[in-house]
Order: sequence, then C-alpha cells, then structure tokens
Amino acid sequence: MKDATPATRPENTNPPTEPDAKQRRVIVCAGTGCVANGAYAVFRGFAEQIQAAGIAVTTEFKPEAGSELRLNESGCQGFCQMGPLVTILPEGILYTKVKSADVAEIVAQTLVAGQVIGRLLYTDPATKQPCRGVAEIPFYRRQQRHVLRACGIIDPGSIEEYLHHGGYAAARKAFTAMTPETVCQEILRSGLRGRGGGGYPTGRKWEAARTQKSAKKYVICNADEGDPGAFMNRSVMEGDPHSVLEGLMIAARGIGADETFIYVRSEYPLAVQRMRQAVKHAQRLGFLGTNVFGSGLNLSCEVMEGAGAFVCGEETAMIASIEGHRGMPRPKPPYPAQSGLWGKPTIINNVETLAHTVRVINEGAERFRQSGTSASPGTKTFALTGHVANTGLIEVPFGTTLREVVLNIGGGITDRRGRITADGFKAVQIGGPSGGCLTHEHLDLPLDYDSLRGAGAMVGSGGLVAMNQKTCMVSVARFFMDFTQRESCGKCVLCREGTRQMLALLDDIIEGRATGETLTLLEKLAHAVQKGSLCGLGKTAPNPVLSTLRYFRDEYDAHVIHKCCPTGQCKALAKPSIDPAKCKGCQACAKKCPVGAITGERKQTHVIDPKKCTACGTCADVCKFDAVLGV
Amino acid sequence: MISNLNHDLNGTVAVTTAPAPAAHPAGRAAAITRIVEKHGRRSSRLVPILQEVQEEFRYLPPDALALVAEKLNVAPARVFGVATFYAHFAIKPKGKHLVRLCDGTACHVKDSIPILDAIRRRLGVDARHPTTPDLMFTVETVACLGACGLAPVVVVDDQVHGAMTPAKGVALVESMIAKEAAP
Repeated sequence: MKDATPATRPENTNPPTEPDAKQRRVIVCAGTGCVANGAYAVFRGFAEQIQAAGIAVTTEFKPEAGSELRLNESGCQGFCQMGPLVTILPEGILYTKVKSADVAEIVAQTLVAGQVIGRLLYTDPATKQPCRGVAEIPFYRRQQRHVLRACGIIDPGSIEEYLHHGGYAAARKAFTAMTPETVCQEILRSGLRGRGGGGYPTGRKWEAARTQKSAKKYVICNADEGDPGAFMNRSVMEGDPHSVLEGLMIAARGIGADETFIYVRSEYPLAVQRMRQAVKHAQRLGFLGTNVFGSGLNLSCEVMEGAGAFVCGEETAMIASIEGHRGMPRPKPPYPAQSGLWGKPTIINNVETLAHTVRVINEGAERFRQSGTSASPGTKTFALTGHVANTGLIEVPFGTTLREVVLNIGGGITDRRGRITADGFKAVQIGGPSGGCLTHEHLDLPLDYDSLRGAGAMVGSGGLVAMNQKTCMVSVARFFMDFTQRESCGKCVLCREGTRQMLALLDDIIEGRATGETLTLLEKLAHAVQKGSLCGLGKTAPNPVLSTLRYFRDEYDAHVIHKCCPTGQCKALAKPSIDPAKCKGCQACAKKCPVGAITGERKQTHVIDPKKCTACGTCADVCKFDAVLGV
Repeated sequence: MISNLNHDLNGTVAVTTAPAPAAHPAGRAAAITRIVEKHGRRSSRLVPILQEVQEEFRYLPPDALALVAEKLNVAPARVFGVATFYAHFAIKPKGKHLVRLCDGTACHVKDSIPILDAIRRRLGVDARHPTTPDLMFTVETVACLGACGLAPVVVVDDQVHGAMTPAKGVALVESMIAKEAAP
C-alpha cells in the first residue's frame, strides 16, 4: 500500500491542539454521535465524582486559568466511531468509548493519581499499540485541521473563550483596518472556492455583489446541509459557531451588507440552538447591532430554520424560502449577487467557506494558499462514513488522495460485522445525490474540484461514503434517485417526471423486470434530465446513475441479463439458502427470523422456506458460521 | 463549585412531538393570533409561523392554515402551498411517539431498510399510512440526521439510537408499547 502522497505530509502538521496547555481540563465530547452513546451521563458522572474527590472544579471558561479543574462539553471531536470521547489536559490523554461506569476510575486513577488507564485508550489496529492521545492516533495525525481546529476543544457556548483565542480579530480587522475592496481582494487572492459543492471562487462572488450599486445588500449563510451522509457543517456549527458568524461578518463587510441570515436545516436542532446562542452573545458584546467595532456601520443577523426541503440548498430556492414562499429555484441570470433576496444584491456562502475566510483575513492569502493545490487551495472537511473502520469528521488539504483518506485515515474497509478486511474496498460515493462513485482506479487520484469532475464525480459538500464488496451499486444508484425524485420541487418537467421514470427503470432492474432496452432508455433519459432541468438538483440528479453505469456496468448487466444481484442485496433477486457444509444447527437464525421461515432441529442443517422468506438478512447477521448464502 | 450543570443541551427538536394539542377551535384561534402577532403579521415570516403553529398543535389543521392566511392577509393557496411543500409540515395528525428512521447514505448502505420494514410490520403501518389508528405511533424516514458515525440510526421522539438492527428496532417499539400499557 502506498503511504504518503506528494500533496500531504502524512506526519501531522496540525492536530487539534489544546489552547491552554497549563489548565487542568476534562473535555467531554457532546457531538450528536457521542450524545447518542451517553455522553451527557458521562458528563454528569464527572461533575459528581470530581466534586466527591474534593477537587475544585468549574464548568465555565475563565480567561485567567486558576488552579481549579475545568470540566466542559465540546462540539464534535470527529472521531465519532470511538465515542463518547473524553480528553484530559494538559496531559493530552484521549479516552474512547467511555461509559458512565468508567468515570469513577478515571477520576481516581488519572485525575488524582496521575495514571493512564490503558484499557480506555485507542489501540492502533495496524501496530496494536495503545495511543495516548490525538498526536499518536493516525486518524488525527494524518489530518490538517484549520476549520475544525477549535471544534472539540473550546466550549461552543462561550464567546469569551472564542475571544480568548483570537476570535473576532479578523472581523474587527475587516471593519476597522480594511475596506470592502481590500477584503474582496484578499479573498480573491486566496483562491478560496465555495465549499458547498460548486467550487465557485468566493472572491469573485463577493466582488460581483460589492460592485452593485444598492443601498441594501444581504449575506446568507447556507447551512442547509441536505446531502445524505454529510455532516461537516453541522459539526462546525455545533463545535465552533462563532467562527461561522465571524466569517459571515467578514462577508457582510466585503460586499457592504447590513443584514445577514443563517439558514440552518431543522434536522440539526443543536446547530440551530448553538448558532442562535452565538448570535445573542455577539449582540451582547456589540459585534452585531449598531456601529460595529466603531466603524459606524450596522449589522444584524437572524438564524432561520429550514423546514425539510433539500432543494432549499440551491441559492434561489433558499431566497424564496426566506421570503416565505415554496422553495423553488428560478432561472439565473440574474444572479443573486445582482438581484437576490427581495430583489437586492445577495451573496450566499456555505458554512465552511465562511469559516475559512476568517483564516484568510487573519493570516493572509499567501498562508492560506500554502496547503491544497494551486487550483483548489486550502483544506476541505469531509464526513467519512459507511464501511470504514474510523467513521467521523476529517479535514485534509485538497490534493490528498482517496487512498490516504479512506484507507489510512479511515483505517480500512469493514465487512458487515465491522471487521477490517484487506480487500474489501469497492467504491466511494462522493458528493451525495449530485456526485458519483470512485473505484479502485481512483485510489491515487488527488481529491480536488477539477480532478473529481473529470472522473464523473464532484466534491459536493464533502460526504464520503465508503462501500465494501457486499454493496450493490445498482441499489446505491436507486437510493439516490429515490432521494432526488422525492426532493424535486416539481417546477421542471424533466426533473419532476424524468427522475420518477428513472427510478421506475431502476426498480425494474432491481426487481427483475428489466429487458435489453432498459439500460439504453435509462441512459438516454439521464442525459435528457441533465439538459432539461433549471437548477443543480435536476442537472446533477442523474450523476449517481451515470457514474455507476460507467464503472459498474457488469453489475447492471448481471441484474438485467442474468436476473441476479451479485452481492445478494436486491431482495427480489435474492435467493437465500443455508450452506449445509457450514451450518452447525445452532438454531440462532431460526429463533431470530422475524417471519418464522427457518426450520431445523438442533444440530441438523436448517432450511429456509422461500415462500415465507422476506430476504431481510437477519439470519445472515446472526449466523456465526457464515452459513447463510445469497443475502 | 459546579455551576451551570443543568446545561440546556439535552433537548433536541420537538416540532412534532409537543404535548397536549389544543383541541378547541377557540383555543386554536387565540394561539394562532398570538403567533402571527409575534411575527408582526409579516407574510415573509410564513415558514417560521407555520413551524410554531405546528409545534402548538403537533400538525397543521386545515382551519388553522385558513386562519393564518386570513391574519396575514394572503391567499389561502399560498399558505397551503407552503404547508404542503416542506417535508416537516404535517397536514394530518401525527402519533404521540414519532419513530424516525434515518435513511441517509451511510445508514442506507448499512441496511437501514430492513429495520424500517420490521418496525412497520410490528406496528402495522406503511409509507402511505404512517400513523397507527390509535394515534400512538408515527413511523417516518428522514433524509439524514448527520449521525452517520452511528449508522444505522433510529430516532424515537428525541432519543437517538445508533447501530440498530431489525431485532433491536422491534424491541425498542415493544418497550414503548409496554410503557404505554403500564398504568
């Protein structure tokens, strides 16, 4: 396996660092993943046990670190697979999969006696060595975290802590020491491209809005992260909300807007709450309101919750939604930078794009360009999910290879029981419903806007779903088609009806009704939908189908010609059976079968009744001997 | 000393599971008036207004929509149009407990659909009729909850359950039924 790549230095560069090396701290990750695994109970356990141990403790940030221990929750630390995560500073110990039952031991052993508890450390599967903290864990060591730098360290509810680490310096600089022209110039020189998917140069967008002559202009932060399998923006908003708000303020200064909106998906209640809190705190300190930073300029910000429509991630649909209408896109031009919200010049930037602008203003365009590639500078966050050992949130420079991301940072491909397999890699889906699949041949392709487009995929917002050999690519294409046809707003006929017909054709393939013409028709229709749709949703909806057709044609042929699903995933074509050579007659499957389709005496080979079987796969899940075939 | 321990992060969204729908039409009118007034009777606030109305009644009753239109001085068609466009707005009443199965990409490739099938079969509901006749459960899919690290995920009311299987999903529903049946 190839290890390093020219674009990245595998040894890290920038792991999440603790800002206050001296203060004694216990940080409990309170990202969505850790919370679901009981992080709040762990947090409460610490609060009680630390007090019981007689240690002075505070949960609030204080600029002057005292002798007391600070206990706080943080946003997502990224390593979701291993949650709940507990970080102990200044030692830099990271405990993984912490249960509330472990808390007393951590307090007694680590906080009081200063010992590391080996069994709670992460073990590197490659070397079998326990890792003490993030600096030793390959998942973190191989990343370059800028946007995510403070996520998981600072208390997202404390504007004081954000300020303590240099927060709002960039916004202050933009408002007091820079003009709108110089702000736009700096962003333009940085080469920053929109992180929401399209990759349009941010500086050019701002410049277009800046040069419009209008007394009223708006900035909208697009936090309607709708791609299934993507949660980068959610994590940034939950973990470091002020960085998003600061970026929004810089954008407002750049184009001369005095009113801003943050449009957040309602599926992200915690992100909504954290952004609202951040806005309130910024208002309290006078960063929003009248005479911002003494510049004489006014600025307001409102957090608006979406209502569950994917298409609202499209700029003009989002504008319609904020105006109180159905979220339907309209033709461009005019571009929102010319005529957007209520007909005024408006720019819409993704959460991550805005967070990057803070660093561009603080450290300068040259510094920003030092990572990434010349056409795609900087870093990009990705949500790494699916069949990988380390699912979670990562940030790497553009130009990093897929191999580095999926196999090295991701720790390898897992099978259906979660075991790492050496040859399990089949594909990676990137870019969600607008993107495509990448295969073995792309493992050494540098990830950036242009190379991905060449491979028939796109960066999209950054959802990376790894898939193992047991994944049916026709089903994956159907999954995305089902998604886009449901989310089509209905305005364009080819998107509304075309995606529906494409779904019907895919159903024919999956359910064994396809004929020789089905694939030809599917392809023809796909190109028609691309051409005949107004907005990005329709234009890119056929991508998952076209890309799987391009790289997995043999799998489509197996469904169509041989009426067989090579992975056994398609129920209608699946014929589950029990391998007599492997079956031990343990009755585990018979007991768990939800429809009672499996019979067999103890220690005798079991049989599946095909008439009752729904091919749900429960039997294959519970069988310890891999004796169930065909599902 | 410990302060601030009752952090306000426990709650996730409760849009459709708010308690006690105000059944009486007169109570409804008062609630709607209050919400519309709060937003300054501005029609641009239609989406947040409907979100708050739904939080109040657990769904959007037709007469409530008509009343919102009247108060905002816009055509009822516009209000109905918005209410039917967005997935989060429900025109039909939902059950007391909302079971949401995540069918995002990560959950999907980790076999979320068999879990959905198993839960639906146990409750006797389907995609067209997602709510049990006794208005106890509504079973829905949701595009992505962003908890992909825990896939596949089922959210019951506000509680996220990760690494689910069909058997675990049914057990979850069974435990809730048992809890409801307990005196």
